[in-house]
Amino acid sequence: MKRAHVSGAGIGVTLALLFLIIVGGWRYDGFLSSYNILTVLRYNSMFALVSLGMCFVIMTGGIDLSVGSVAAMTSVVSAYLSPYGLLPGLLGGVAAGLCAGALSGFIIVKLRILPFIATLAVMLAASGVGLLLADNQSVAVSYDSSFTSLGQGSLLESFQPDWVGGDNANWLGTALSLFFNFPTPAWLALVAYVVATVLLNWRPFGRHVLAVGGGEEASRLMGLPTDRTVFLVYLMSGGLAGLAGVILASQFGAGQPIEGVGWELFAIASVVVGGTLLSGGRGSVLATLAGVMLLGLIFTILNFENGMGWISLSAYWQSVIRGAFLLVVVMLQSKLARPITA
Amino acid sequence: MASHPLLSMQAIDKRFGVVPALRASFLEVEEGEVMALIGENGAGKSTMIKVLNGFCQKDAGEITFDGRPWQAASPQEAQRNGISTIFQEINLIPFRTITENIYLGRELKHRGGFLAWRRMHEGARRLLEAFGVDIDVGAPLGQFSTAIQQMVAIARAISFEAKLVIMDESTSSLDEQEVQVLFQTIRRLKAQGVAVVFVSHKLDELYAVCDRVTVMRDGKTVAVASMAEMDKLRLVATMLGRDLAEVRRQGATAFSEAARPPGAELLSVDSIAVSPKVKEASVSVRAGEIVGLAGLLGSGRTETARAIFGAEPHQAGRISFEGKPQHFADPRQAIAAGLGFCSEDRKHEGIIPRMSVRENMTLALLPALARSGIVNEREQRRIVLRFIKDIGIKCASAEQPIRELSGGNQQKVLLARWLCMNPKLLILDEPTRGIDVGATSEIQKLVRRLANDGLGVLMISSEIEEILEGADRIFILRDGRTVGQMSRADASEATLMAAMAHGSGDAAPHGGEH
Ligand SMILES: Nc1ncnc2c1ncn2[C@@H]1O[C@H](COP(=O)(O)OP(=O)(O)OP(=O)(O)O)[C@@H](O)[C@H]1O
Ligand SMILES: [Mg+2]
Repeated sequence: MKRAHVSGAGIGVTLALLFLIIVGGWRYDGFLSSYNILTVLRYNSMFALVSLGMCFVIMTGGIDLSVGSVAAMTSVVSAYLSPYGLLPGLLGGVAAGLCAGALSGFIIVKLRILPFIATLAVMLAASGVGLLLADNQSVAVSYDSSFTSLGQGSLLESFQPDWVGGDNANWLGTALSLFFNFPTPAWLALVAYVVATVLLNWRPFGRHVLAVGGGEEASRLMGLPTDRTVFLVYLMSGGLAGLAGVILASQFGAGQPIEGVGWELFAIASVVVGGTLLSGGRGSVLATLAGVMLLGLIFTILNFENGMGWISLSAYWQSVIRGAFLLVVVMLQSKLARPITA
Repeated sequence: MASHPLLSMQAIDKRFGVVPALRASFLEVEEGEVMALIGENGAGKSTMIKVLNGFCQKDAGEITFDGRPWQAASPQEAQRNGISTIFQEINLIPFRTITENIYLGRELKHRGGFLAWRRMHEGARRLLEAFGVDIDVGAPLGQFSTAIQQMVAIARAISFEAKLVIMDESTSSLDEQEVQVLFQTIRRLKAQGVAVVFVSHKLDELYAVCDRVTVMRDGKTVAVASMAEMDKLRLVATMLGRDLAEVRRQGATAFSEAARPPGAELLSVDSIAVSPKVKEASVSVRAGEIVGLAGLLGSGRTETARAIFGAEPHQAGRISFEGKPQHFADPRQAIAAGLGFCSEDRKHEGIIPRMSVRENMTLALLPALARSGIVNEREQRRIVLRFIKDIGIKCASAEQPIRELSGGNQQKVLLARWLCMNPKLLILDEPTRGIDVGATSEIQKLVRRLANDGLGVLMISSEIEEILEGADRIFILRDGRTVGQMSRADASEATLMAAMAHGSGDAAPHGGEH
């Protein structure tokens, strides 16, 4: 019954996602080309990581507004470290993100400040630190080290046999080529989601997250480590935002102190579309991933639509359409999820 | 008149998913009558009420009220049309003032549309005065004791000028004086021609106010009779569906298994102070002993218990456990040392509503059930099924969300939560509140059996009888101080009541205890 419940939460998004894929594939040339698929995956990996952290935070009944500016800040940090190689850049960026997350967690758990306020403060602070470090401009990464391979490369590219690929390959060839050209950041996101699913469903930590979100005082009196759980959740969100920042710098070749604006809203939207309750206590990692893909696809489809040249939608109209679509999906979601739980 | 009852519910069916909660059950209430509605936990009493007041919709059946077919889309609508309900769990807004809680949704306004605060405060004060409650109606509700909150809920319900007031276990969190005050109100309502449906597991209470009784079992109405025709034994027998003779043989006391001599001292609490209420509380519990903590509402029993458990800091005094001085900083440490604490506030401090019965029972146990970090679900399920069977928890499956269980069954899950942790000392705060007579005796038996196996129990109960019969020793708390100690042999209802009140003048319900 629990399983049914969780998948019930994801039905709405999954249906909407399939709908978009089918419509896109039918309407636009090249929509389902491996090039397009890989580009979409590569670009949205950052959002997937940030949304994953947000999902855990929201399941405890909290919110993390700082993810966008933390990612911006860590993109700068990792850009500065990029001349020393991939690993220093990666670790440095993630560490900076962890620091921000730890700060949020500390303020919330020890100082007993509401998550909304605490992470708002950290958001402002992280944004300031990023701008200070970067001196208010973007910081070019080093192309001499392997740093850019993280965002731009494909992990298994070099293992690709010669016979795979080519333009007129059959479906197996296409699938293999997708596999070997699967972007490195997408691998990272994939691993993160698998780990998180295990964490949520089969480790005490995950159950504690839901318990704290479902009833904090009850959890405390049960002897659950409520403070530690909440702290870890923000730490995790910070770390994932840090990782997203590293990917950002590596993918676009620069640390971008002014990027990341609105990422938190994207993340919250993905999580909510995936059926996770904003009040905490219920949530699904995989439905969040579907939420991220959905939001990303809407964006891509609008681009394709513009590209066809029949109508031209300004960015403003695109935003309106995305908002309306989100609303429809959330409504669909709550309609579909209910009969299963009753 | 007799041919037209005020309320008539006939052949009501209601299922939740595949679980039938009501099966062709019926309920009739005459004008100005007080009708008791009783039955085991999960018998369908609350569901019957929810179907009536529009909280949920019936699947089949007929309802007429005041001579017309009745249909309510929500409790609010029912309230406007003459049926007010006081729910089992208080549903008010703790941050708002008492006045607001009473007038919410039908605020008094000046001609310009602005709120008439003075008139509302005045009205709220008058309403509560009728209950003998004199408190600052401008203060947030959350500051007051459960009893006061309950009174406010009742005042709100009555102020709608209802023809029928439904009280779903309204007395479970009141002490005896307050119950008396409530009964007076019920009698006054009755005199005004208002009918009352009164749900309670405390059978003795029913005789004091009720005219007739409707008994439910397994979703069906199994008997309707006047209270005078039904003595308590017969009531119990009908409720449980057992033989009268069998019930009589078992008797009323369930702590009946003889107590063994207690072992070494387990817990000793020496004059602790817990701000703001507790000033000098002392108790001690030996292994294998059930110790009762008696006192009026507001005497600081719960606060003392919470301080022992580390859920609240104490400012003075000493606590030692198993001979070692201890100062638990949080419940986690206390649990690690072998304590357990079953809270009286089931809704906020007990259950995690959306989680399953299985998880609610075993969450705290998870680290112990994890093998190399992965939770062993099979083992978890085994434990849960054993307890569901052992203490008779009525649920569709272990995976059912706990909020769907009846109130009494939720309480049983919480008890099981602690029992499966094998504590050395268990603090039970109102362990049988809202639990039916059958299950109450099951639980009392279980507690005694565990005590005989060496568990120390500290039991808080507002029911004198439960303390007198269950406890080997009794500590009496008054106004935050331990004022006496009695052994079971010395204690009687009269001596205990006297010690609890000690002739002090503030025995009437009092509020404002910040
Ligand atoms: N929302 C729900 N979903 C599923 N089952 C439910 C729901 N509400 C109640 N039930 C089931 O219906 C049955 C009757 O419950 P109800 O709350 O009416 O019992 P009750 O007589 O009020 O018991 P108690 O004395 O413990 O309060 C129970 O078996 C309960 O599990
Ligand atoms: Mg009930």
